[in-house]
Amino acid sequence: MNLDARRITIIVIVCFIGITYVIRLFILQVASGKLADDARALTEEEIPMYPPRGVIYDRKGVPLVTNQTVYNLMVVPKKVKPFDTAAFCKLLTITKADIDKTFQRAKDRGEFHKPQLLVEQITPSDYAAISEQLYKYTGFFAESRTLRVYPQGIGALFLGDVGKISPKEYEQRKGDYTKQEYIGKSGIEKAYENELRGVKGINYAFRDNRGNIKEGANDKQDKPAVKGTDLICTIDAELQRYGEKLMQNKRGCIVAIEPKTGEILALVSAPTYDPNLLVGRIRGHNFNVLNNDPQKPLFNRATQAQYRPGSIFKLAQSIVALGTGAITPQTRIVCNRGIIGCHGSHSNDDLEMAIVHSCNPYFRGVMQRVVEADRDPSNRFRDARLGLSVWQDYIKRFGFGSDLHTDLPGVKTGLVPGVEFYDKWYGKEQWAFSTIYSLSIGEGEMQVTPLQMANMACILANKGWYVPPHSVKQIGVGGRPRDEFLVKYDLNIPTDYFTTVVNAMEKVLQPGGTAWRAAPKDIVVCGKTGTVQNAGGKEDHAVFVCFAPKDDPKIALAVYTENAGFGGTWSAPVATLLIEKYLNDSIAESSKAREKTILDANFLDR
Amino acid sequence: MSNNRTHPLANVDWLSVLIYVILVIFGWMNIYSAAVVEGHPNPCDISQEYGKQFLYMVISFFLCLMVLYMEGGFFNKFAPFLYGLFTLLLVLVLIIGKEVHGNKAWIQIGGFALQPAEFAKIGIGLLLAKYIANTKAKFNNWETRLWAGVIIGIPAALILLQPDVGSLLTFVAFIFVLYREGLSGNVLIIGLGGIVFGVTSVIAGHGRLNYPIFGEQSGVYLLMFIVFLIAIVLLVFSLNFVVPRSRKKVLWVLAISTVAVLMFSFSVSFLVDKVLKPHQKSRIYVTLGLEEKESEVETEGNEESAAEAAIVEKDDDPGYNARMAKIAVGNGGFLGQGFMQGPMTKNKYVPERWTDFIFSVVAEEWGFVGSVLLVGLYVFFIVKLINMAERQRSQFSRVYGYCVASIFFMHFLINVGMVIGLAPIIGIPLPFLSYGGSSLIGFSLLLFIFIRLDAERLSIFK
Repeated sequence: MNLDARRITIIVIVCFIGITYVIRLFILQVASGKLADDARALTEEEIPMYPPRGVIYDRKGVPLVTNQTVYNLMVVPKKVKPFDTAAFCKLLTITKADIDKTFQRAKDRGEFHKPQLLVEQITPSDYAAISEQLYKYTGFFAESRTLRVYPQGIGALFLGDVGKISPKEYEQRKGDYTKQEYIGKSGIEKAYENELRGVKGINYAFRDNRGNIKEGANDKQDKPAVKGTDLICTIDAELQRYGEKLMQNKRGCIVAIEPKTGEILALVSAPTYDPNLLVGRIRGHNFNVLNNDPQKPLFNRATQAQYRPGSIFKLAQSIVALGTGAITPQTRIVCNRGIIGCHGSHSNDDLEMAIVHSCNPYFRGVMQRVVEADRDPSNRFRDARLGLSVWQDYIKRFGFGSDLHTDLPGVKTGLVPGVEFYDKWYGKEQWAFSTIYSLSIGEGEMQVTPLQMANMACILANKGWYVPPHSVKQIGVGGRPRDEFLVKYDLNIPTDYFTTVVNAMEKVLQPGGTAWRAAPKDIVVCGKTGTVQNAGGKEDHAVFVCFAPKDDPKIALAVYTENAGFGGTWSAPVATLLIEKYLNDSIAESSKAREKTILDANFLDR
Repeated sequence: MSNNRTHPLANVDWLSVLIYVILVIFGWMNIYSAAVVEGHPNPCDISQEYGKQFLYMVISFFLCLMVLYMEGGFFNKFAPFLYGLFTLLLVLVLIIGKEVHGNKAWIQIGGFALQPAEFAKIGIGLLLAKYIANTKAKFNNWETRLWAGVIIGIPAALILLQPDVGSLLTFVAFIFVLYREGLSGNVLIIGLGGIVFGVTSVIAGHGRLNYPIFGEQSGVYLLMFIVFLIAIVLLVFSLNFVVPRSRKKVLWVLAISTVAVLMFSFSVSFLVDKVLKPHQKSRIYVTLGLEEKESEVETEGNEESAAEAAIVEKDDDPGYNARMAKIAVGNGGFLGQGFMQGPMTKNKYVPERWTDFIFSVVAEEWGFVGSVLLVGLYVFFIVKLINMAERQRSQFSRVYGYCVASIFFMHFLINVGMVIGLAPIIGIPLPFLSYGGSSLIGFSLLLFIFIRLDAERLSIFK
């Protein structure tokens, strides 16, 4: 046997193994990228860098919402070495149970090696003391975050708040947010979330086999965070502050809008609260307190309360009646108080005086002429159906029953009852004008929001059109509002009809009018009072809508004071004081007494 | 007889020395990359692995130089003594050894630990060479096979007592030596057949089947049943088609091999199922791909959970090492992540990365190109050693040369195979590259004794 040949056998085996390994290496390293993907998934950590949210300024550039840096104290349970628990707890003002709870939670989730949140949102001043000591405690570290801060302390519900994303929001905006992220919850913060949040950055880092993150080790180009867009909102801080002050100790709301632009100048919902209460560690506690408050401070009455409009609705009714040709400005209707009550001494007003006197029988008659117009002379039920449809079409042009295409979130639409509504309520052809006449004076099933009332005031000020009320004037300082807020909604009702109504509104604030005591000096205010009756024997709601000055309207308002009494007494002064403040920047001596009366009034217990 | 007074370094095979130096320095670089810690950037920092490796390199250098200046005859003469010395160390380690991971494989001397198993190979190589050269053994009788078995068996048995299965497995290398010196090729064929059938049995035994009458039993019985059926078919076949003259012999071979196969199949399955410890068992299963699915990194769609899965405690996860090594290799891509740039390496995902898994560092940082160059260099080196062994005039030198080549080959086969997922996870070093004093010094001596012997090949009568 030639044993030398066995050398060849052995060499062949060695080479065979070598070639096998090269093929295997080719398969693992070159042919497929899967393992490289696995490696990336294992070793790469994308640390999100949260940009500060955009700052919100008032219309004059006063900062309303800015940012502050706070610190979250984190702990990696696995890294913690024995430490002086008592001193540590004292330093952080927590209890040992808090630490145990965090550790237990980490254990339950199998995240013992991952950073856990121990203390949230420590203020910079508190953190200064903590940071000096922190080196003593292995496994604990601080992470900075930015929080909202409200330097003016006003406009809580208008500005809205920011909070941790809820599971539902997370589902809706999947891929866009992480579970830890914050998101606008209400108000402008919610409406302009996309603009305010900025663009998250990514800091590419490595994660080792123990889960430790090593920043700066990864060469991959980081993606910088882009700060959120600043907003100039439509609010006038001084007006808002003054409005909130006037509404102290009252339930109700104020909506002030610039008629020409639809810009909301003030949006007060009373009682209000300092928005700083809902920031940081105190948020949870304060939220509960506010949420359980029977006065419902978290309820935005200005956009979400749906009230019966009361007498102010007569303004819209007048326009509708003129528009449909049911009456002319000269039409007189006898004040027959048999069906519906009235007040004051008048008996046979024309339209203008009927508005000034707020004559209920007159407007009952007006609406009757709109609805019962013999469109179907054979049957008064069918006639009412046809008439009500016409009426509803006109009323809806005012934006009633709609969200007004505003940018404010959570706005209610109110209700303009129509044929369908009453068919459901009473049955088809089971109702006629006599069934629904309460609508004519803004009572009955009609529901409007204060925002809609203010918008109606704008329509009257503009004599026939409005721009959807909105909260942001400039997206980015020097920018534009959203496109839809540059568009006018025209009611397609001749301007002349409005002139009649506006003239009447002027007289409301002249001697003999229902709000003449509230009239400020030197400013021509056009307004209309309302006193909305309340079921259950409670005091009436006081309502007032107005705009001023008459010739070149700069501000339109709706003021709604719950359970206060007469609109002319309690809501009209609020509105006129605000007008004075806005137009003159100060309150005249002659108005001081009125101001004091309002400030002193307390209707919270009613 | 040539001039005995030629310079000792004349005729030294410098190419082998060069390959050795390249491998050692390349190994050192990769150890540095795998083990470097912040604050200790000096590659010669003695407090760190790479610094220690540097020290071992210096020690090896002097020892190798010493070997080169020695008479080759010394190793022939003192082969029994060296064998005895290293065997004694293997006994000693069982008595005073330090237990690490359940193995008593290390003798602690001051700050350093000695692993006698790495030196035992030198003793076996020398004594086996001396025995074969002296007796002209062809291994065609039981006596020579027995003696060779004893020479290999004593240290092997001592190592099994540690127990260090990995080191033991490298002793399979000597089969190549014996084969070269005359052991029947059937041994290799039976060995190969044994591996193939053993693996089949383990795979079959891993499954549980529901048999009629007997209920749920190991799947190996089905395999045995199939073997039995094939034997019946072959029986019928041979009764009808084999000429009567050789029929008897064929039937005997068939009968014996059938029984042998059945017994082998059953014992392998029994051994794996009942004798091996759970972690050993699962290592085998993982290597064979039987349990990979359960512990595989699931990355589809969810990156986070992949990371999670990898970060979870790995002590009870035999698939972890293999998986991480494979990912590191794959992460190398074509050109590699670059020296000191491998994310899997730098972030400590691959365990034992500067010792047994050093090849994963090479693969990740130097890529397919670097890995293939290393594999190529290794194969070239082994083939070169075989050719060097063949050019020896003295049978002692030739046998020893084969021992050296075979040992390197076994280490290369198992170590690289393990990293790239073609062999079970067996903790043995990659010669010259892996960190470790005993292994570096041991392999260096093993090699340089042969280089010394080779340098003298012309001065020795056939």
